[in-house]
Parts: sequence; structure tokens; C-alpha cells
Amino acid sequence: MSTFKYVLAKEFQQIRRNPTIVRMMLAVPIIQLIVLPFAADYEIKQMNLAVVDMDHSTYSRELIREMTASGYFQLANYAASFPEAKEAVERNEADLILEIPAHFERDLVREDGATLAVHANAINQVKGGLSQMYAGQIIRRFNNHIRAEWLQWPRFSPVALLSIEPQLWFNPHIDYHLFMVPGILAVLITMVGSFLASMNIVQEKEAGTIEQINVTPIKKYQFLLGKMIPFWVLGMITLTIGLIVAYLIYGIVSVGPLWVVYAFSAFYLVAVLGIGLLISTFADNQQQATFVSFFFVMVFILMSGLYTPVESMPGWAKVIAYANPVTYMIQVVRGVMIKGSGFMDILPYVGIIGAFGIFFNGLAVWRYRKTV
Amino acid sequence: MEKSVIQVRELTKKFGSFTAVDHIGFDVYKGEIFGFLGANGAGKTTAMRMICGLLTPTSGEVKVLGLNIATQTDTIKRQIGYMSQKFSLYDGLTVRENVRFYGGIYGMRGKQLQQKIDELADKLGLEDKIDQQVKSLPLGWKQKLAFLVAIQHDPKVVFLDEPTGGVDPITRRQFWELIYEAAERGITVFVTTHYMDEAEYCDRVCIMVDGHVAALDRPEHLRHKMKKETMHEVFYQLARAAQRRD
Repeated sequence: MSTFKYVLAKEFQQIRRNPTIVRMMLAVPIIQLIVLPFAADYEIKQMNLAVVDMDHSTYSRELIREMTASGYFQLANYAASFPEAKEAVERNEADLILEIPAHFERDLVREDGATLAVHANAINQVKGGLSQMYAGQIIRRFNNHIRAEWLQWPRFSPVALLSIEPQLWFNPHIDYHLFMVPGILAVLITMVGSFLASMNIVQEKEAGTIEQINVTPIKKYQFLLGKMIPFWVLGMITLTIGLIVAYLIYGIVSVGPLWVVYAFSAFYLVAVLGIGLLISTFADNQQQATFVSFFFVMVFILMSGLYTPVESMPGWAKVIAYANPVTYMIQVVRGVMIKGSGFMDILPYVGIIGAFGIFFNGLAVWRYRKTV
Repeated sequence: MEKSVIQVRELTKKFGSFTAVDHIGFDVYKGEIFGFLGANGAGKTTAMRMICGLLTPTSGEVKVLGLNIATQTDTIKRQIGYMSQKFSLYDGLTVRENVRFYGGIYGMRGKQLQQKIDELADKLGLEDKIDQQVKSLPLGWKQKLAFLVAIQHDPKVVFLDEPTGGVDPITRRQFWELIYEAAERGITVFVTTHYMDEAEYCDRVCIMVDGHVAALDRPEHLRHKMKKETMHEVFYQLARAAQRRD
């Protein structure tokens, strides 16, 4: 075991000397946590509205005013005809067209109902969907208003007084950062554990030093542990930096006990290091490792529920998502930090990650024996 | 004759249908400098990698210090040294850190390590560079350092794979002085090389052509037998008969 001390000392010395790793350790969590949640913000404000008002009535003007006063829309184009408004959309100057037909007010008053058309630019489907949803809400509210105005108050109100008040649990203000930040934290420690570690092993192959190691009495498990332990430590440091950034910038404080996040990360990192090890057995140089890693990164991030809920994925994608350890990590970190899950709540995940760990590490060690 | 430290019998390595090393056999004796020569692609690196346990042979047997390389690898590893074709020290570590690391994994500790570091620095005149990263040293020094690190645990046999590639003649000369010194201490040296002047420095040379042993003798005997002036001509005549090119 005392031989191992020398192996470990050498690994830590090498990492300390490597300015790229040190810089990545500090810069990546900070930049990703600052930039990504803002860039990937789903809450959309200030959408450009094009209005085709064929009615020019009090009510039509009131509706337009309500739309722009909501804060979600700004009037970007006041078109004389629908084709003209559509052109504005094509020029990317408008996201949503509100078409108010002629006789809107008359129909509303006389026939107790009028039709409106809302056309959304759905090239960005999230934006398109949201803009329609917001517009729908505003129009409904407008509708309720005018109906209430007209009512001759009878003894019992014919207007539905029962309304649904949505209660959003755990994230009452639908703060997108609260949702994104824990997810990004999970992805970050995955990167450190798998890709940085694989690069490090491949570097030894590239430099030829691995040959030298192989003729020395160092046992394979000692060599591999020597590679894994420093990156395990780096992963935990990244997590800590990430949590500090989350608190300082977003004021996010974990609702659940932080030790659960740490304990689970410690466990999770072992599984992820297995992935790194596995990649390193497939690659002979850092370029190859980068390409293999790139493939995994795409799958890991897109299929992890970081952006889109796993539950709403199609069947085949669900299969991939559930075969992706990052999915579970994100669920646990979000569960603890946002919902306040405790250790007992995440226990099933410990089992799943344990299975991943055995699988990846086992496969990597097996491949490692074969290749070297 | 002296004690045989390496016995190679019927050693063969096939990569698919290509036979890189074809049933070779020879003995290396204690304390000698054994030169292993061959053109590129003649199979010398492959053979050497099998002999020091880095590569599993397709068939045949290798015994190092009387131990079978296939089954007693761990015991053998403690007693051999190796310097690969690629540079074998860690560029990003200092001289001291490299010596500590390689010494430490061979079981050297505290005082003994310090002694080695001092000895090494003294031998190479590196005292003031001992805490510099290895990458800042000139190639010649790096190679000499790598050699001394490869033998710092006093192995019985040391394998050197083209140790003087890309080094200037003066440094090569100094390098061979280090090799002689090691041989005098009783370390058996197994060295591959391209340089025919270096072949002259060896006690015996083995010339490989197309995966076979084409000649194996003392350099002066080979020259005499083939009626050539220099090893260069000997090698040239043997290698010309080669069928395959790399």
C-alpha cells in the first residue's frame, strides 16, 4: 500500500502542474452556471406582437392595450392587413399576430361572442407555444372583464365564480434558475469525473509513459486507482464551487440536507469515473478521446432531462434517458435542493447508480486488461 | 559459458496473417551488453516487448532470470528495468519528483531515495536543475536521466529500446559510457539500436531480418566471418536480403 502513496503523489503533482485542469476546475463551473441558466431561460418576456385590427373599436383597442400592458408583449407592428403582418413575422420582427376581425365589437355585444385569431411563429416551438399560452390567458381575462361589466347583477351570478387557482409546489415563482442550476451542477461533475479523467489516462498512452508503468511492479488496480482518486477529489471540489456560485449569484440554498447531495455525488462520481476509464480504453490519443467524449456528452446532456422532462419524451428516448446515469444525478440534485428530499427518498437512486458503477467500472477494467 | 539470464525459445508473434517475429531463439548472458539490431519493421521492438512482458507472444517461451515471463511476471518486474523508445519520464514533473516516483514504486524509501537523487544529480551534473521540470532539459540530458532512472533500483537486466534516437554523437558517446558503467556493476544490458557504430560497442549482437535471427555473434567475429571492414557493411549485406519493407 505504501507504494500506492507514491503513485498518488505523482498524480496530484501532475494535476497541480497542469494549468488547463486548474483553470477548467475554476472557470467552467462558474461560467456555465452564470451563462447557461440565463441563456436557456424558458421564461419569455418581451415578445413582439403584430396586430391586425380591422375593427378599430373601443373593445379592440382595449384588448390591444391589455396585451401590451401584460409585460409579455410589446407592440412591434400595427399592420393594415394579415399578409402585411405575416411579412413582419417573416422578417423576424414579430413573434405573434393578433388578428381582430371587422365587427369584433358588434359581434361581441350583439351576438354574445366573437372570433379572434392568434397566429404564433413556431420556428422556436417553445417561444411559439408560450406566446400563444400567454395570449390565451390575456384574452380570457379580457373576456371575463367585459362580461362582468355587462352583467346586471342578479341574485346569483351567472358567471362562474369557481375558478382554478394553480398551486405550484417547490418552485412557486417558476424560477427557471432554481430548475437549471442543480441540473447543470450534475452535468458539471459528470464532465470532471468522466472526461477529464479519461483525457488524463490517454495522455499517458500518448506520451508513452504507460509502457514504462507497465514494466514496473505497479499493479493495474494501483495505477487505475491513482488516476481515479484525484479526479474524484476534483469532482467534489467542482461541486463545492458550483454550490457556492449557486448561492452567491442566484441565492439558491438547498432545501434538503446538503450532506445528502455530497454523499450521493461521492457515490455517483465512482460510477462516472468508470465511464472515463472506459473511454480511455477505446482511445489511443487525446483527439480520439475528445471525439468519443463528445458523443457521450451530447447523449448525456440532451437525454438527461436537463432541459426537457424525461416523462414527456417518446418511448425510445425514455429508454436512453433511463440508461443515462446523468438522468438520476439530476433528479437527485433537484430533488434534494428544490424539494428537500432526504436520504431515504434517494435510496432507490443509490441502488441504480451502484449498478451503473459496477457495470462501467467492471467493463472498463475488463477492457483495460485486454488492451494493455 | 556464463550464466544465461534471458532465454528465448521459438518466440513467435503474429498480427493477423503477418508474422512479425518468427520462431526466434537465443540466450543473453549475465553482465553482457547484448545488441539487438534490425531495420525498421524487422521485428526487433516486437520481440523486445515480448521479452519484457509488455506483449503476449503467439507462441514460444521467454525466461528472464529463470522465471517464465508469462506466469511469473510480477516477480520479474521487480528485477528488470526498461526504457522505452518514447521518452519515459514525466515531462511535467521535476527531476526530483520523477526519481521519487520511480524509486518509490520499486520500494525505495526516504533516505535511500534522497541518496539516489543526490547520486544522480552528481553523475549528470544536474545539481542546480533537480527541481526543474523535465521538459525544460535538453533531449540528451533527458535520455541520460531516463536511463539512470531505469536502473536506479539496481535491476538484474535493463532493456533499452533505441535509447539514443535523435541524440547528437557526443551525447551518444556519454550515454554509452553510462551503459558500460552499468554493465560493470553486473547489470545485463539488452539494447536495440539503428546505429552501427553502437553495435561495435556491444559484446554480442543479434541482427534480425524479416522476423528471423539472421546473425548472432560478437561484432568482430561477424566482420571476420563475412569479410567486412565495419559492422555497417555487415548489416547492410544482411538487411539487403530482406523481403519486406515497412
